[in-house]
Order: sequence, then C-alpha cells, then structure tokens
Amino acid sequence: MLEVIALSKTYATGTMALDRVSFVVDQPQVVAIIGPSGAGKSTLIRCINRLVEPTSGKIIVDNTDVTAQGQRQLRKTRRQMGMIFQEYNLVERLTVMENLLSGRLGYVGFWKTYRRKFPKADVAAAFELLDRVGLSGYQDTRADSLSGGERQRVGISRALMQQPRLLLVDEPTASLDPKTSRQIMRLIVELAHERGTPALVNIHDVGLAQSFADRIIGLADGKIVFDGTAKEITAQVLTDIYGEEDWSTTIQKIQQSSDSAKGRQAWKQKNKIEREVAAE
Amino acid sequence: MNTAAEKHIDPAQQWHQIRMIENPLIRHSLALLVLLYIFWSMLSINVDWGRFLLGLPRAANIVARMLPPDFSRWELLIRGMLESVQMALAASFIGMILAVPIGICASSNIVPKPVYLMARAFIILSRTFHEIIVAIFFVKIFGFGPISGVLTLTISSTSFISKMLAEDIENMPPGQIEAIRATGAGFFKLLIYCISPQAMPRYLGVSIYRLDANIRHSTVIGIVGAGGIGQVLAASFSRYDYDFSLAILLSIIVLVFLGEFFSNWVRSRLR
Repeated sequence: MLEVIALSKTYATGTMALDRVSFVVDQPQVVAIIGPSGAGKSTLIRCINRLVEPTSGKIIVDNTDVTAQGQRQLRKTRRQMGMIFQEYNLVERLTVMENLLSGRLGYVGFWKTYRRKFPKADVAAAFELLDRVGLSGYQDTRADSLSGGERQRVGISRALMQQPRLLLVDEPTASLDPKTSRQIMRLIVELAHERGTPALVNIHDVGLAQSFADRIIGLADGKIVFDGTAKEITAQVLTDIYGEEDWSTTIQKIQQSSDSAKGRQAWKQKNKIEREVAAE
Repeated sequence: MNTAAEKHIDPAQQWHQIRMIENPLIRHSLALLVLLYIFWSMLSINVDWGRFLLGLPRAANIVARMLPPDFSRWELLIRGMLESVQMALAASFIGMILAVPIGICASSNIVPKPVYLMARAFIILSRTFHEIIVAIFFVKIFGFGPISGVLTLTISSTSFISKMLAEDIENMPPGQIEAIRATGAGFFKLLIYCISPQAMPRYLGVSIYRLDANIRHSTVIGIVGAGGIGQVLAASFSRYDYDFSLAILLSIIVLVFLGEFFSNWVRSRLR
C-alpha cells in the first residue's frame, strides 16, 4: 500500500528534517507518528504527497513511485491521498458543502469547478458524509462561522470526499480541547477502519496515540527510533524519542492496562466523568 | 552573603533602555546636526514677506470676484462633471480587469519567481510617476481631451488595484492553498476555488475605493488638459471667470462627497 524507502529531506537552510526514513504500511491500519517538535513529522507527511519535495529516497504508493512523477501525474496521485490538517485549512469564505466538494477538484473539470457544477453523485456523497460526521444541516453554513471541532469534521469530510487510498493526517487535534480531541481522533480512526483506508497520523499526544493507533512510529531527529504497538511503549522508548524525562505518569496507563484491565477501565471511567464535568 | 552581594553589581542598578545609537556623544551630535540642517534650509528658502503681504489684497480681490458663484453656465458645468465621472468609471473598470492577471502574477506565494519579478517591476514602474506627469505625457501624444485622462487613470488604477490584490493574496494563510493543492487541484482550480473566494471582497472594496479616488483625480488631471471638469476649471481660471470657478469648485466638493459616500456604502456591504 505505502512504502517509504530511505526518505531524506534537507531544507535550503541546511536543516536535515528526515534522515533515511524507511517503513512499510501493508495493511489498512492507523499509524501514529509521534516525536518532539522539529523531529520531522510534518515533513514526513508532506513528502508523501510532495507538498514538500524530498531530497532523496522513494515513496511507493500502490506500486508507483510518487517521487518520480511529473506535475500532471502528481496531481492524480494527490487526489488519491486525503489530507487533514491541524489548522483545518478550510476555505473560510466558502460554505461547508463547497469545502466538502473541494475534495473532488482533482476529478472535476475546470468549467464545472467554476460554475460549482459537481456531479450529483458527489453532492449525494457529501450529504452522506455530513450525516456520518454529525454535521447534517450544516451544508450552507460558511466555514468561518464553525467551531474548531466542527471545522475539523469538515476537514475530515473533505479528505474523505477524495475517496482516498491513503489518509495523511497532520496533528488533527493539536488545536482542540481534550474532549473534542478524543472525539475527532475516534472519528478519524473509525472512518479509516470502516473504509479500509490506511492512515498516517502525526500526533503530539502520546496518550491519544496509545489509545487510538494500531501502530506507533517514533521519530527523533529525522530518524525512526521506534516502530511497534501501543503496548510496547516503555519509559525507555519515550526517552529514545523525546529525551530524558520522568515518564512514570505518562506510561502509567499502559502498566495499569497490562497489570489489570479492570484498573484501567476504572481509571478510564473516572477520567470520562471528570471530563464530562469539566465540559459542563 | 554580604560579600557576595558586594562582588556582584546589582543588575537592577545596571539596567537601562537599549538605544539605537549607544554612544551618547554621537547620538546627541546627530540630533543637533539634523536640527541645524532644518534651520539652515528654512533660512535658504528666502521667504519674501513683502510679496506675501502684497498677495493678501489680491486674494481678497479674487474672493470678492468669486462671490456669488455663477451657475448660469450649468450646461458646461454638468458636461464637465459627467465627463469626469465617465473617465473615472471607464478607467476604474479597465483597471479592475487588467489588475486581476497582474495582481495574481505579482503574488510570490502562488507563481514562479521570474513571473513574480516581472509583474512587480511593472507595478513599480507604473507607480513611479505621479498622475500629472503621466497625463502631461499622454496629452502630448493624444492631444487634449478625455482619452488622455482615461489612459492616465487606467495606468494608475491598474497598478494600485493589482498591488493591493497581490498583497491580499500574499497575506492569505498558506494552509488553505496547501489544502487545495493537496486535493490534486491545479493552478487554475486553485485560483477559482481558493484564491478568488478569499480575495474577492477586498478586491471589490479596493476597486470601489479606486473609483472614488479616480473621481477626485479626474478633476485634477483635467488641469493639464486631460479632459473632464478640471479642464473647464483651468479654462475659467485663465479667463478670470472666478465666479464660475467657484461654482465648479463647489460642484467638485459635492461630487467628491457623493463618491466617498457611495464608496463607503458599498464597501460596508462587502463582507
């Protein structure tokens, strides 16, 4: 599905953001990429659809080398990769429906785009998605009057309108409150699983990554230092990724879950109640 | 503990404002030099107060001859005003259209560098000379009349609107452009689906503002012969028809007021 081979990126400033990164995603799983700021998470995601031009290495998506493609082919590749952003990046003055339909820009001709004449099937798919992400009735609301969580739902829907074969998700929850963050993460993971679409998710929050991802890749200084499941994350792994720190409170949840599932359940329950109280 | 405090100079005593020029001698002598130069320039202007005093009764005479304003040649007046408004409208409209491609090409965030540099050079070049100079030039080429005026105002409107449009596009959050590119949209789809909706209200606002400015400018460039009410005004001055001049001046005030009012009203509705 996705194969990244010895991918490197050195910016014009001389910063080496990625240093021979290689990994394979061969099943529809949600892969969280964790790492400190500046580790190259954003660069990695943006290299895959070449919003950032890689310096060397290969990116193979469904047996085609993306790095070798010309502009025209690249646009075709991009329309098969849905992207979700931290700052949502909706076109603020357009309505929710128009923002969703922008996911079809790679498929629809110029004049149809100009006259906003999208195929009926696309509009129907958009309504279905709005319903699925809990925004039915919002189609004519302008994007700039939505809340953060609502905007991200539109952002997710826009990406899914592309019927992508791969989801690239860049810090989807970093601008959201804890409760909305969990809802948005849950939505992304559910949709990825429902549609059998693999997803690469950059994420700051180790806890969120552990609770939602099928697999976690740890990036430090542009290199992969960890590749495994949530359970395999130990204090040593976190130190490898982020550097020396007291990780006991961060990985407590994992130890609890491995020691006693009940304890974790209770902790989760308590947390949930606290959050709901806080939300009110 | 006391000895340690004595050894270290207390930073609170040491702190002072960071200045652009740290050396006080250089700082103060520079300020003195600037003041001296201003004083010297004023001396060298050589104001002849005698001539100023002689002018005062002449001013009183002109004002007396201006009153009351003479609206008897209202047909000429209206024709001049209409010509000015039409010049302004035509120039604003053409400028608005020409400004779109130029403004887009002058936005560094969406076009390649060479295109950007060329468009910027064009904008800077067309902004170099004041409208009066451009108008004199066109009057020499195309003769007296509104054609020269429209051409002059078109050039200034195009460069103004395209500069504003380019600035607006460059100030767009890069994320939106990135997101639309990530859907596989090419340059033109990006323009109509992302740049255009985001830049449209300000573009229209700037264009309307330019229409208002063009009405004002059209009254000025007429003085060098580029048509409109300014040309009528210049003629009335040279014929010492001061009462008619005042009528024209009053009408220009009303026109500019109306233009400003209209422009503000339209812009307040654009959101």
